[in-house]
Amino acid sequence: MSPATKSPVYALVGNPNCGKSTLFNALTGLKQKVGNYPGVTVERKVGTAYTQHGHPLTLIDLPGTYSLAARSPDEAVTRDVLLGRRADTAMPDRIVCVVDATNLERNLYLVHQILDLGRPVILVLNMMDVAEQAGLRIHTSRLEHLLGIPVIACAAASGRGLIELKLALSRNDLPLSRHAWDIPAAIAPAVAELQASLQDQDGKPPLIARAEALLLLTDRDSVRVAGSTPLSARTRDILASWEQRWADAGTDWAAELVNARYDGIGRLTAEIVGADSAPAGPSTSDKIDSWVTHPVWGWLIFGSIMAAMFLSIFTLAGIPMGWIESLVSFVSGHVSSWIPPGDLHDLVIDGAIAGVEGVIIFLPQILILFLFIGLLESTGYMARAAFMMDRLMSRVGLNGRSFIPLLGSYACAIPGIMATRTIEQPKDRLVTILVAPFMSCSARLPVYLLLIAALVPTSEVPVGTKVGIMLLMYALGTFGAFGFAWFFKKTLLRGAPPLMIMELPPYRLPRVRDVALQMLERAGIFVKRAGTVILGLSIVLWFLATYPKSPEGTPQQKALAHSFAGRAGHVIEPVIAPLGFDWRIGIGLINSFAAREVFNSAMSVIFAVEDAGDEEATRLHLRDALRAAERPDGTKLFTPLICLNLMVFYVFAMQCISTIAVVKRETNSWKWPLFQLGYMTGFAWLLCLVVYQVGHALGY
Amino acid sequence: MTALVTLSSLAVGSRAVVREFPRQGVAFLRLREMGLLPGTAVTLVRTAPLGDPIEIKIRGYNLTLRKSEADHVIVEAPP
Repeated sequence: MSPATKSPVYALVGNPNCGKSTLFNALTGLKQKVGNYPGVTVERKVGTAYTQHGHPLTLIDLPGTYSLAARSPDEAVTRDVLLGRRADTAMPDRIVCVVDATNLERNLYLVHQILDLGRPVILVLNMMDVAEQAGLRIHTSRLEHLLGIPVIACAAASGRGLIELKLALSRNDLPLSRHAWDIPAAIAPAVAELQASLQDQDGKPPLIARAEALLLLTDRDSVRVAGSTPLSARTRDILASWEQRWADAGTDWAAELVNARYDGIGRLTAEIVGADSAPAGPSTSDKIDSWVTHPVWGWLIFGSIMAAMFLSIFTLAGIPMGWIESLVSFVSGHVSSWIPPGDLHDLVIDGAIAGVEGVIIFLPQILILFLFIGLLESTGYMARAAFMMDRLMSRVGLNGRSFIPLLGSYACAIPGIMATRTIEQPKDRLVTILVAPFMSCSARLPVYLLLIAALVPTSEVPVGTKVGIMLLMYALGTFGAFGFAWFFKKTLLRGAPPLMIMELPPYRLPRVRDVALQMLERAGIFVKRAGTVILGLSIVLWFLATYPKSPEGTPQQKALAHSFAGRAGHVIEPVIAPLGFDWRIGIGLINSFAAREVFNSAMSVIFAVEDAGDEEATRLHLRDALRAAERPDGTKLFTPLICLNLMVFYVFAMQCISTIAVVKRETNSWKWPLFQLGYMTGFAWLLCLVVYQVGHALGY
Repeated sequence: MTALVTLSSLAVGSRAVVREFPRQGVAFLRLREMGLLPGTAVTLVRTAPLGDPIEIKIRGYNLTLRKSEADHVIVEAPP
């Protein structure tokens, strides 16, 4: 290839769990760019790889799929890129098709469809080492001969076959497959007619037109793709008239096409797979599964893994979060000495640096959750967890895949919501995102602790009461999440009941490099996309709590009351008064949007509590201040009922700009985060209204 | 004598061959594309601890599906 030639673009496609990501990482190393396909929340991974001769080439890692007949937004991206339908991604010149050699038949189904595209294809038989251990003998050269394309035996995890693959990638001329298959006689004329129309009326190139015609017959939804031009009227008419004809004749075209492909694959594998190939007895994975999905041991293992994950996010993350806090205070201490006191000083220290801290403080939790998710996915346990939990989750209309994101949300909704990407069906994913913030996150914990302390005097009440109230709050949030999930699946996001058609891949050792890369990717995406929104909103909140400024020497308490945020406390007082909250609590609620635990520091400022140095002592001072706080008429402000009601509000209300930013990023619109803000906060308000009014009437 | 039964009613560990497979529906088309179709040999590996979904082995790999789908798949169990 001369240097002047544009470097070719390869697409990497394959079934889920075929080792495609490992191969992509092995070929591109760290030369990867991870972004998003515009308009959908599907990850776009592009990397630069080098041929054996050192020429660069572009490699697009397309989402894994079992078929071009897409069932999820991820799969639709794969289909649309391969068919050249996406305006943002040029049609790849060549295709590298990765298949799991231990599971040839099902993997070859996608290959069968891809060969229809009429573009040069390199077939990679991955995991050949595992296949050989299992006693499978695959005649690579015979397969190469039968398909007429390069077939490379590979074990991406150990690097075997990579040189051969790179040699194939550097070939100037790649042969087109001479593979042909017999479309069932009842369907063939329709394919020909549709192909002609797609060429003439829709302007598709000949081979793509044939592939599109075949796809239309197995995936009627493929017509309604966002971003692709709708079919011409003529093509639609042809399709409708054939469908009518077949329906009358009792022909099921889609089923027949799939059957015909599998017939072809059956003949192919009969020729290339050795006779001693049928592995006898249960595999290692089956043996492991008899423990892991056992009615008793299975739950113990599941419980231990989930507890380890949850505790790590909850406690382990605290250590690096402490480092981040000290680093930030070190930096702001230095910066503070460079900038003279004034508006700029405050903007930099309290606005910008505090805002940056508000972003990176989430990184430890995100990294730990994705470490676990990476390990669970690459070992194959994730599918088992979904298998175990499916029955429970199906009660509220979700499937087993929603469990881990919801569990992660107990630590923090940010990584939890980011983890919903493992949920295939868009509606299930959206419902999970919408209810995830009901799970009591670690930022609510300090608020609960403070209010429980104010609610029950330590000396007189047994510790059990405090723990009981705490558990009640967690339970309320959990019921809220499942209740609303059920409600949304019944109403707003009603759809087909979620499917639980899922492969249980063989157990594999996790690949450190793949897991680490995924963690870094997540962290990077969070900082780049959500981070900017969080930073911006933090500065806005800081501004509202600082301006207009009070004259020099005004106590902090008065200055906050004088600020926009303080005035907003007065403005919202009529709205929150029926809940028993006054304007001072209102200021706390508004400030909580920066992060819920800010409620405590806002209360400290309002009730002029000195910082006692350590957290526990400050909380005790604050507790006493809250207990002493009075309304203008001399009655106590923080009565037990108010404390309880405030906790209930914190359980249900959406008060976290960081979550809003992440939901915006994950749903790709402002519609859903704003809806979530509205319904959660509205529900919290209603519930608190009932609690306070009933409690008040009962004399509490 | 062989018997036609639903896939969901197979005993754990038993092998059978798919005889009738629903032609309509997104779920069944996906299952078909994943290799579950008339003539496919299938083994019921296990049922999830809570009774649903089920796990089957077809074409050398393990697949899970809910009983609500498996109820519609008719298999021929060997004697």
